[in-house]
Amino acid sequence: MNRPSLRAVVVALIPFCAMCFSVSAWDRVYPMVLGLPFNFFWLLCWIVLTSVCMGIVYRIESARAAKPSRDPGERLP
Amino acid sequence: MSPSTIALTVIFIIVVSGSAIGFYAGTRHKMSLEQWTVGSRGFGPLLMWLLMAGETYTTFSFLGASGWAYSRGGPALYILAYLPLAYVISFFILPPIWELGREHGLQTQSDFFLARYRSKYLAAFVSVVGVVFIIPYLQIQLTGLGIIVEVASFDAIGRTQAMIIAVALLAGFVFVSGIRAVAWVSVPKDILMVLAAVTLGIAVPRIYFGGIGPMFATLVRSHPTHLVMPGATATLNHGWYISTVLLTAMGANMWPQAFGASFTAKNAATLRRNAVVMPLYNLSLAFIFFTGFAAYLVMPGLANGDLSLLAVVRKTFPAWMLGVVGGAGALTAMVPAAVLILTAATLFSKNLYRPIFAPAMTDDQVARLARTMVVVLSLVSLSLAIFSSTTLVSLLLLGYAGVTQFFPGVVLGIFWKRVTMPGVFAGLIAGVACATLLILSNHDPLAGVNAGFLALCLNFAIAILLSLAIGLRQRTLESAPTGR
Repeated sequence: MNRPSLRAVVVALIPFCAMCFSVSAWDRVYPMVLGLPFNFFWLLCWIVLTSVCMGIVYRIESARAAKPSRDPGERLP
Repeated sequence: MSPSTIALTVIFIIVVSGSAIGFYAGTRHKMSLEQWTVGSRGFGPLLMWLLMAGETYTTFSFLGASGWAYSRGGPALYILAYLPLAYVISFFILPPIWELGREHGLQTQSDFFLARYRSKYLAAFVSVVGVVFIIPYLQIQLTGLGIIVEVASFDAIGRTQAMIIAVALLAGFVFVSGIRAVAWVSVPKDILMVLAAVTLGIAVPRIYFGGIGPMFATLVRSHPTHLVMPGATATLNHGWYISTVLLTAMGANMWPQAFGASFTAKNAATLRRNAVVMPLYNLSLAFIFFTGFAAYLVMPGLANGDLSLLAVVRKTFPAWMLGVVGGAGALTAMVPAAVLILTAATLFSKNLYRPIFAPAMTDDQVARLARTMVVVLSLVSLSLAIFSSTTLVSLLLLGYAGVTQFFPGVVLGIFWKRVTMPGVFAGLIAGVACATLLILSNHDPLAGVNAGFLALCLNFAIAILLSLAIGLRQRTLESAPTGR
């Protein structure tokens, strides 16, 4: 069973914390940034930052896959 | 020429040339079952991206996102958040699913459950649930399409006529070219949709308010609570937001068509790269929100918020622009509708009919049956869309809550060795039943939490506890003295 590494999962959890669990902290109109209400601005930023986080996860995971075998014989039943 | 003729001509050109691409897409390939359903697993990053964007961004993102911004305000923000998070989840679950798919020649979601849990009854149940929740989703696409063409053609073409023409075209290109058609029709659809969204999102606030910033400033002054949760609603608060974002982020990958589409990838890395890039595509939705908010200020009091985008376009722009938006909107309904029909037809023929009623059927016979089912399902959904107009929105919510119940079986199946078939089966039944009951009895949200999310928690708990109990019992039996 090819589980992802802990580091990858931790980085992938960042967008969830930022866009989902922390909603009470950023769901407000002020301060308005670039003419946008704060909650709107926050989510738009995090759409871009989600891609950045996933780029990092991609690097972590492909570096791990490049390393020679951790139990390559183990597969799903 | 009258405005309606101009708008109609533009819509007609867009829809027909889009469909022509679809017909052409499959003509260079011999259509075996595997080619028809999963493109022989040969889709590289570009086609894959198109397919995923094509089926994720539906009429609901086009009309629904502006409609929610218009009629609900703040809670609409969940639409911005859940798709990027759905791609985060896809990074971890789609590649292992793809690997299993290549090893065992899987083509559908139901195939996955069969390969992992080795129960044809669980697999058949998965396909029944899948088809049942696909049909309302399909009906929504067709109704949305009817509305778009009707409004955009200045009522020159009625809803029913528009739906009949569009269904004939899309059933045709799915019948001939299968999944390849869907990916290729996504090309004009995505280009037009992004162009239309960005143009409207910038132009409409500019024309009425002098820009996006001034538009929001006006909105904040006149309706200070509209932009934060719960907006214009009474119950859609932060608890609802968190549970709905989680539910839909998990559920987006569980729609049978999204699941099936992952098998078309050439390799697992394609799916991972997609998960990195796809969230950015969601930025285009922001522009649709801008249009929705502007419409809220410019023409308040529309009975149906879903019409706000088209209404404001019709009020603001010349006829040809309405035609472009209408054509883009029509393709935005046709592409998801095509992949839904293809998926439902395959699930029915390959995972329900053959294993239960006709085990001797060959793949070619299944392919023929699936193509016949394309025609049958098109007619069924068309008649549903024409003759029933009730509670489409609640049906979609039910659909999302329903398909998300596959999530425990998939994730535990990939990452947890000790999960058992009875655990997953029982959890799935309980989850679907609980979600259906709560939503149909109008208990969504329950105590401020999305009802589908509550059902999902129940589902997970049952699957895990039952699997642990079964494992414990087996180990006790094995270690008992009579067993050795």
